[in-house]
Amino acid sequence: MTTEPSSPRTAARAVDLTKIYGKDDTQVVALGGVTVEFAAGRFTAIMGPSGSGKSTLMHCMAALDSSTSGEVYIGDTELSGLNDKELTKLRRDKIGFVFQAFNLIPTLTARENITLPLDIAGRSIDKDWFDNVIATVGLADRLSHKPNQLSGGQQQRVACARALVSKPEIIFADEPTGNLDSRSGTEVLSFLRRSVREFDQTIVMVTHDPSAAAYSDRVLFLADGQIVDEMTDPTAEKVLERMKGFDSVGQQA
Amino acid sequence: MIRATLKSLAARKLRLAMSAFAIVLGVAFVAGSYVFTDTIDRTFDDIFGGLSSDVVVRPDLPGETDLFTGFATGTTTTIPAGLVDDVSALPGVERADGEIEDQSFFVLDTDGDVMTTQGAPGIAVNWHDGPNAEGDPVLQLVDGELPAGPGQVALDDRTFENSGYQIGDEVQFVSTGDEPRVSAELVGVVQFGESGSLAGASLSVFETRYAQELFLGGDDAFNRISVTASEGSSAEQVRDEISAILPGDFEALTGADVDEETASAIEEGLGFFNTFLLVFAAIALFVGVFLILNTFSILVAQRSQEMALYRALGAGRRQVTRSVLLEAFVVGVVGSTLGLLLGLGVAQLLKTVFGAFGLELAGGLVLQPRTVVISYVVGIVVTMIAAYVPARRASKVPPIAAMRDDIVSTESSRRVHLYVGGALTLAGAAAMAVGLFADVSDAALLVGAGIFAVFIGVALLAPVLAVPVLRVVAGWYPKAFGTVGRLARENALRNPRRTAATASALMIGMALVTAISIVGASANATVDKALDDGVRAQFVVSNAVGQPFSPAIAEQVSQVDGVDDVVSVRMSGGLVDGDQTFLQAFDPVAYSQAADLEMVEGTDELGPGQFLIGEDQAESKGLSVGDTVRLQLPGSDGEIELAGIYAQTPLLGGGVVVSQQTLEDGAVPPLDSMLYVIASDGADLAAVHEGLNTATADLPTVTVQDQDEYKQQSRDQVNQLLFLVYALLGLAVLIAVLGIVNTLALSVMERTREVGLLRAVGLSRRQLRRTIRLESIAIAVLGAVLGVALGLLFGVSLQRAIADDGLDQLAIPGGQLIVFVVLAAVIGVLAAVWPARRAAKLDVLRAITTE
Ligand SMILES: Nc1ncnc2c1ncn2[C@@H]1O[C@H](COP(=O)(O)OP(=O)(O)OP(=O)(O)O)[C@@H](O)[C@H]1O
Ligand SMILES: [Mg+2]
Repeated sequence: MTTEPSSPRTAARAVDLTKIYGKDDTQVVALGGVTVEFAAGRFTAIMGPSGSGKSTLMHCMAALDSSTSGEVYIGDTELSGLNDKELTKLRRDKIGFVFQAFNLIPTLTARENITLPLDIAGRSIDKDWFDNVIATVGLADRLSHKPNQLSGGQQQRVACARALVSKPEIIFADEPTGNLDSRSGTEVLSFLRRSVREFDQTIVMVTHDPSAAAYSDRVLFLADGQIVDEMTDPTAEKVLERMKGFDSVGQQA
Repeated sequence: MIRATLKSLAARKLRLAMSAFAIVLGVAFVAGSYVFTDTIDRTFDDIFGGLSSDVVVRPDLPGETDLFTGFATGTTTTIPAGLVDDVSALPGVERADGEIEDQSFFVLDTDGDVMTTQGAPGIAVNWHDGPNAEGDPVLQLVDGELPAGPGQVALDDRTFENSGYQIGDEVQFVSTGDEPRVSAELVGVVQFGESGSLAGASLSVFETRYAQELFLGGDDAFNRISVTASEGSSAEQVRDEISAILPGDFEALTGADVDEETASAIEEGLGFFNTFLLVFAAIALFVGVFLILNTFSILVAQRSQEMALYRALGAGRRQVTRSVLLEAFVVGVVGSTLGLLLGLGVAQLLKTVFGAFGLELAGGLVLQPRTVVISYVVGIVVTMIAAYVPARRASKVPPIAAMRDDIVSTESSRRVHLYVGGALTLAGAAAMAVGLFADVSDAALLVGAGIFAVFIGVALLAPVLAVPVLRVVAGWYPKAFGTVGRLARENALRNPRRTAATASALMIGMALVTAISIVGASANATVDKALDDGVRAQFVVSNAVGQPFSPAIAEQVSQVDGVDDVVSVRMSGGLVDGDQTFLQAFDPVAYSQAADLEMVEGTDELGPGQFLIGEDQAESKGLSVGDTVRLQLPGSDGEIELAGIYAQTPLLGGGVVVSQQTLEDGAVPPLDSMLYVIASDGADLAAVHEGLNTATADLPTVTVQDQDEYKQQSRDQVNQLLFLVYALLGLAVLIAVLGIVNTLALSVMERTREVGLLRAVGLSRRQLRRTIRLESIAIAVLGAVLGVALGLLFGVSLQRAIADDGLDQLAIPGGQLIVFVVLAAVIGVLAAVWPARRAAKLDVLRAITTE
């Protein structure tokens, strides 16, 4: 795989990214030299068995965790050279993140949660863009509610809206539908899909669910800290088929 | 379940430490108070135990002994030498030694300064070698020789060491006799008892004849007889034997009784201090209870998911409650143990401080089993009670809560708080009102209980009161600080109960400080007004160590150029209709030239056998001019007649005024307590002041003050007391501050994930620290505002209640109160330092993935 950016611009990339936890006896190689590119305006899904390093990859890419070696670029910025202040600023301005759970500040309303990154940065809110995002999320009538007055799906959609509203270069979502029933999950996924299609947003999402992966443009398969395969224009069936193959490979190994 | 609890405790040492912390402080003060009190008691028991001889003969004084010795005037009634011989001739008596004792004979050191500690007596005695009840000598010569004749003296070893004199030097004294200044050659050094400690007093020893000359006008008489029983007779037998031959105005007591009396009088004197310490310990513990309650509430809230998980796994409610209580027990035991140790430290500190002020407490600290038991009972019981409420709440956590994050306190429990809090506040206020304004016997207890109830009531109401206050205190945050401000405001408001509980510790401290400062300001205002309106005399002569002085001084002062008149005021105790009463003696006609005295009824021509009284007292006692009361003095017992009633003045306090002749007839020594000096018209005041200083120059115990200096001195006395109180209350505030730190840190830990999330979406460390700081300021100011409001209430009602007893000016130190609130904000900033730093250090990823 070459690192030369191809026709669509690269929003983020990793070169030979290694993450090792612990030392000596208890050493775990969570990522064993991953080189990967995420093209701008594309929806990428990451799949793989539990413990394969998906979350670790997301955290390292999103400047939440440092890598052991290798390079991570957000746009053209290389992360390893940045100090805490610069990392904070980078997260605030260039990256959106959606966690599996606990995405919202309980004391703030949905609206305040959505505009939180902008408020923190002291940036003014682009009214049109905000309305646009809200309309897409479909939460216009719930904006003044506190998180505990919202359903799980609604909460995750608020979290997605928050990630979108600051127009980051890239959004990372770690199992955003992991806690949701299939209907709520569908709400969130179609919202992510639409934001890629309509707003040209770049999204990287970890999921265990083949039908969730089917919303993406491209699926990367991770196993034992390595990218072992990828698939473009996935469907649920194709992904499921591919995963079964994995499981047997994983068991043999 | 038990194993799980203990494991979870051990796993969170910091949490354990923080919740134990409140208990440690509370217990430390209780233990410290007891240990210190016991140590004082032991010291005085040591000094006075076995001090007297088998039997003591002395003049029979009406009322309790310290009614007269309390004013250091004693009595002029003496025991003739013949009586000593009669007593020693009795068959059960082996020997009888006549003793002379004076309590106002002060040693001056080589710099001419008075040697005793403030308020401690300067004791002078005659030498004799009679043993105490245990057969040991009371005084032992340790250096030089015994004083053998006129002009010779021996000093106690402590005084000798500190004085700078050498044997053979001429020692200077100040006495209350006709010759105010005495000197004698130092011939020896004696040691008192075994330890030598005199608790700050000085001791000068003279040969008997010379002592009689110095103190008894040369009469061959004594103040007391020490009797040693002969072999085979018991002290009680000898006492009864002596009583049989004693004239009516003398009494015989066993030495043991006398020693007990002396020790308990002194302990009583220090008793206010012990009470003070224990009250303070109660306050500390009270504040501590809030912290413990608070801490456990948070801890339980933090673990509610864990609890819910237990419940989901089949644990019963009881088991959950028990697990919290078990945790509380462990924390209580650890906290009490540490608190007890810290308490010993506190007592040692107090002992050192006392020592530095000259009141040495010999020997080590006294740790009685009672102290240990109380410490543990208090520490553990308080903790268990404080933990019970959250434990019950914890047991109610429904298992599904394991799935959800936020557990909101139920509406109903809030309503219960409101009702109970309201009821307690009202009941407490009522109790205070009754105690303060009605005429009941247990007033202090009622007021104390009332204040306590109001505190608890308001603390319960605090979550409700907190919301509107916080909206004001933190309302402007979002405007001023943007998102950071909004987060801080919402954090302060999100759990009003916790915020209020944190603030209530500070509230209590602030309420007490405020109340005290109001009383203090009022006292100062009262003193000022009394002196402004009441004193016309240009100068006041008084004794710096609070002892009366020789009338010879008035004589000297009146000779000074430019002095028109000198009015002397004498003081004594006495029994009026059987009640111990403070008496003042002066010539009212002269007095009214020097200070405010206006007659409402009768005359101010006060003769012997007559008295004056203030308006209010006359009314409350139902006295009118011409009525008589019974007055008992050491040497007299008879009726005196009310000659006049004067308008209430703060200076006199409305008390009983008799003529100086009445006191002298009653065998009260003729000593002045204060002189008002009136300058002649047109006299140069500076020159008069100078002249007065010269006239009293060789009497360092006596000070001359002009009106301003006198006012300042009176104010200083009030302020000195206030500072002591402030210092201790300052500790209560300190506990409160540590409480805020504690709670804030815990609640930040509780919000770990939230903090992580905020950091993940771009909140910088600085912004995070500011958020926490702002929240802390809001909490602290909330506590201060509630505390100052309560303190105003307490302070004003306290002032109103004792307005009749002299504190009739109400002053509210507004500037000071504003300073308190500002200080609270500073406290908030300081309290946030550690929690904010901790939060800022949190690793973003770790925070997010924390369970
Ligand atoms: N803080 C850590 N310390 C040590 N090892 C860790 C740590 N975090 C993750 N690991 C290890 O790194 C490997 C990758 O973990 P990671 O969380 O990335 O897996 P994942 O693919 O997200 O799994 P899942 O699908 O279960 O979320 C695992 O073997 C895990 O045990
Ligand atoms: Mg994962």
